Amino acid sequence: MLVGALPFGIIFGTLAVSSGLSATATLAMSALVFAGSAQFIAIGLIASGTGLLVILLTTLIVNLRHLLYSASLLPYVRHLSQRWRLPLAFWLTDESYAVAHRHYLSPDEPLEDKHWYFFGSCLAMYSNWFVCTLIGVLLGRSLPEMAEWGLDFAMVATFIGIVVPLLRTRPMLVAALAAGAVAVVAHGLPYKLGLMLASLVGVMAGIAAERLVSRPKSGQGGDA
Amino acid sequence: MTFHEIILVAGMALITFAIRYTLFAAGHRVRFTPWVAQGLNYVPVAVLTAIVAPAMLMPDGSQLDLGVDNAYLVGGIVAIILAARWRNLLVTIIGAMLCFFAWRWWLG
Repeated sequence: MLVGALPFGIIFGTLAVSSGLSATATLAMSALVFAGSAQFIAIGLIASGTGLLVILLTTLIVNLRHLLYSASLLPYVRHLSQRWRLPLAFWLTDESYAVAHRHYLSPDEPLEDKHWYFFGSCLAMYSNWFVCTLIGVLLGRSLPEMAEWGLDFAMVATFIGIVVPLLRTRPMLVAALAAGAVAVVAHGLPYKLGLMLASLVGVMAGIAAERLVSRPKSGQGGDA
Repeated sequence: MTFHEIILVAGMALITFAIRYTLFAAGHRVRFTPWVAQGLNYVPVAVLTAIVAPAMLMPDGSQLDLGVDNAYLVGGIVAIILAARWRNLLVTIIGAMLCFFAWRWWLG
């Protein structure tokens, strides 16, 4: 997991600097926001000259999934004091959720000690993300012409690499196709409204498709 | 760091932290209505695809370019194939980047 995150921190730092964000702001973002996909999307939007409000709104939408993670981990952290819950919440990312959730499900240790594991894995990922961003920033600064090489394609490739493995079910595929189609058609709308509209339509298409898929099955009495 | 950047980073940090901490802070069992939980599942796929599709199909930002001289489209298709075949992020990125640059160089 750590090794997998290495190139992203570096790519993020490099792209952020070449998209016009200052080195300080890039590092501050990695240190304070600590949300890989939202950070990537934000710098993509910055590069295309998007306004502040839309970037913040997109951050909200993209990170809403963390609400699901915290709901799922809540039973395991409820016994902890706020002094524990605060940093654990701050460090809750896709990766740390995956690691912590798996560890909480394994029966080999009492629940009382498991937050140390959660804490440790968070700390490792956090420092890793920050150091890699720093490396990326330095790299981006020493090779400023990298922006003209079409490094924006790195973002396209990264997102495709994240999305395609998620398309395991038909409703997911429907959601992606609907969102992509609307995004292209509505691209001309101001303030990146096309992005919002496309995301919304994609989510609704996914829900609708899921209902359609599950209906014939329940008619046959199967619940797989 | 400009004022604009401070607002940007602080805003993103606040929003992200609020989302992550609200339920932990409340501490009691919270249940979502099923369709909200269902909808949240589709958010990452929908948002990321909505960003990628125009970047691939209309790289100049205004009109569709479905020709072979569109390196973003060719590289993107390669990325999709690689991602579907290996399900490995690093393989996808490196393979697609190499293809993208090779395609650009070949086109001149």
